[in-house]
Amino acid sequence: MEIRDGAGRPIGRVMAQVAMVMNLDKCIGCHTCSVTCKQAWTNRSGVEYVWFNNVETRPGQGYPRQYEDQERWRGGWRRTGSGRLVPRAGGRLHKLATIFANPLMPSIQDYYEPWTYDYENLIVAPLGDDMPVARPRSLISGEPMNIEWSANWDDNLGGGPEVAGGDPLARRLGEKVRFSFEESFMFYLPRICEHCLNPSCVASCPSGALYKRSEDGIVLVDQDRCRGWRMCVTGCPYKKVYFNHKTGKAEKCTLCYPRVEVGLPTVCSETCVGRLRYLGVVLYDAERVGQAAAVADERDLYPAQLDVMLDPEDEGVRAAARRDGIAERWVESARRSPVYTLAARYRVALPLHPEYRTLPMVWYVPPLSPVVDALVETGHDGEAAGNLFGAIEALRIPVEYLAELFTAGDVEPVVGALRRLAAMRSHMRRVNLGEPVDEGIAEAVGMRTAEIEAMYRLLAVAKYDERYVIPTAYGVDEADRGVIEEVGCSLDFEGGPGTGGMGGAAPWGEASGRARPATVENFHALRVRQSGEKPSGSAKRVNLLNWDGRGRPEGLFPKKRKDGAEAAEEGTE
Amino acid sequence: MTWLDYALWGVLPYLVLLVLVGGTVWRYRYDRFGWTTRSSQLYESRLLRIASPMFHFGLLVVIVGHVIGLLIPKSWTEAVGIPESAYHLTALSLGIVAGVCTLGGIALLIWRRRTTGPVFSATTVNDKIMYLVLTMAIVAGLATTLLSAGADLTGGHGHDYRETVSVWFRSIWILQPDVAAMAASTFAFKLHVVIGLALFTLLPFTRLVHAFTAPVGYLFRPYVVYRARDPRSTTRTSRPIRRGWG
Repeated sequence: MEIRDGAGRPIGRVMAQVAMVMNLDKCIGCHTCSVTCKQAWTNRSGVEYVWFNNVETRPGQGYPRQYEDQERWRGGWRRTGSGRLVPRAGGRLHKLATIFANPLMPSIQDYYEPWTYDYENLIVAPLGDDMPVARPRSLISGEPMNIEWSANWDDNLGGGPEVAGGDPLARRLGEKVRFSFEESFMFYLPRICEHCLNPSCVASCPSGALYKRSEDGIVLVDQDRCRGWRMCVTGCPYKKVYFNHKTGKAEKCTLCYPRVEVGLPTVCSETCVGRLRYLGVVLYDAERVGQAAAVADERDLYPAQLDVMLDPEDEGVRAAARRDGIAERWVESARRSPVYTLAARYRVALPLHPEYRTLPMVWYVPPLSPVVDALVETGHDGEAAGNLFGAIEALRIPVEYLAELFTAGDVEPVVGALRRLAAMRSHMRRVNLGEPVDEGIAEAVGMRTAEIEAMYRLLAVAKYDERYVIPTAYGVDEADRGVIEEVGCSLDFEGGPGTGGMGGAAPWGEASGRARPATVENFHALRVRQSGEKPSGSAKRVNLLNWDGRGRPEGLFPKKRKDGAEAAEEGTE
Repeated sequence: MTWLDYALWGVLPYLVLLVLVGGTVWRYRYDRFGWTTRSSQLYESRLLRIASPMFHFGLLVVIVGHVIGLLIPKSWTEAVGIPESAYHLTALSLGIVAGVCTLGGIALLIWRRRTTGPVFSATTVNDKIMYLVLTMAIVAGLATTLLSAGADLTGGHGHDYRETVSVWFRSIWILQPDVAAMAASTFAFKLHVVIGLALFTLLPFTRLVHAFTAPVGYLFRPYVVYRARDPRSTTRTSRPIRRGWG
């Protein structure tokens, strides 16, 4: 059955994607997202050097160092002469031929060598004239080391031109990017996995362990299928797939899928101090993905990506979504999606490095602040519409730099987004100062005043449920909540080898056994247990560690017999 | 033939097979998470880039050589018209080149493992035992080849394994082990076979299992893999999923 959209175009297979927008104007570079993400996901041995979420200062080298230099790392896709797409690092045969030693894999030094400190020395050092010190020790070799680089070594342009000059984008722009103090500019770029529509990490995995989830588009690594061939690390141009050197398996940002599945935002979004992250569903036409990623001109990739996305307000799109088995709740959610609104309706959010041809799904509102700052420094009114509009175009930097990041070097869309942001700023200032509304401001950027104000609401005051619009229908319905049995260790049965409770030790050590499930069912069961009034679990057994002291749980004491003597065995009633 | 011959060439192969198959199935069912190459490339890649392909490609040729030498009966190659001398010369020359590559590769890999701090500290006892047996198997195998070549050079006649070892090997699979054939072989071949059997016994319990999941399927699958969260529930869509992006 062919369904057409409002413009008469046939709609192919509709799929849903949970996507993110980050408003860079609001990022203060506090790294709270990175730290909470690390605490939640990568505070284990083997992934000491791994940051699923990191915040880079731009211009800067990034993490791992100079990851954007695709001449060197060969991430993403390459368009062949005949218009086909192949992974830039080589096709299937080439991958298998280089499987024994991946020539394009970053070494630990390209990230940084993780370390700890020799704290014990502070306590056990013998009495002497000198203060004992805790020397840094490598977590890789265990030897004492000198700290020479880390994930944020060039934070806030630290290290100056010598370090920031290593930025591959700045190098491409050459003389135009200045690092002298008076002429420098900077902003922060928080990065997570892009959960691309056309993921090159997935394409690079020889085992088929990496996959894109068909319900929500989240890209995950099946830990049971990963064999540690390391091709995904090369394939991802954003270098957001990491190799766990203890388990020998790939790990990556999961978009906090156990949280997203139950309608909670990711940890990085939840803890963001600046409230700059937005989560929402985007509907897209999976059949247009291949074509869009293979357009000839790199600068057409951004518009092509917008074209893949489907407008959930369109009757035809909604009908096609229903046809393709997308739950009604998801379609409704897509209509309220802040991501679709910012990226496609207002076009103020742009994709990161579309030229990698992966169709990334984390979008960025480019920062206007460097422009405003530059204006104020020259003694102008930084928020007057006329001044701002003029300045955006006059200040070729950072616009060209932003274009290198977000639009494959095409300044037009960046200028457009910045102009809309500038118009919003000027308009809202007039409103706040009680000045008459100037319709001309909105018209100058092709918007209506009401739209400008709606955009202002979304970017400035949107509350939790407006920023994070996440549907929960993953097959777990409201009706299921609370009645799902707690899922324990699969070996934790009567007479089984499990030592009891969630996460009991596996019988053959830490790395043995199957990965523990992180599921909707577990999540609900845990929540019920944590917030419920009644003690949970079977009546035969009481876990004193999570008994909150309320009441006298069934099974805490053996049952009394009628004659008063205590039952010899539990559960004899 | 002594009782030792019966034990080594009549009973042991079946015990090894049992452990190899049973162990692999057990490992796959129980420890899929531990089923990995446990690559150390993140720590060190300069030496690895030379040594690892040298070892692996050498080993692939060695494996192909074994398959041909053990599975194809002498009468077949003769029937096709390949003279014994030509076969012998090809097998020896290819075998020596591949064997030296493999041995050189593993020597370099072990040296790298010992001298690169992080790689050495990531080495388990299991790895060390495996390396020992693997190296011994390669050395013993190369020794048989070199002995044969030496015999040729001095004008003598080397031992023809295709009339002893290969016959015994094929007889295992029809459950009628030809103990006498294997017993008639030389000491070098017997040693190589015993070490080889030890290696097969260890194989399911070491990182060598990665060889069993060599990603050949990659050549035939679409680039982008989609998978449902719950494979049972989400095939509601009426349209078939096609190869590629659709």
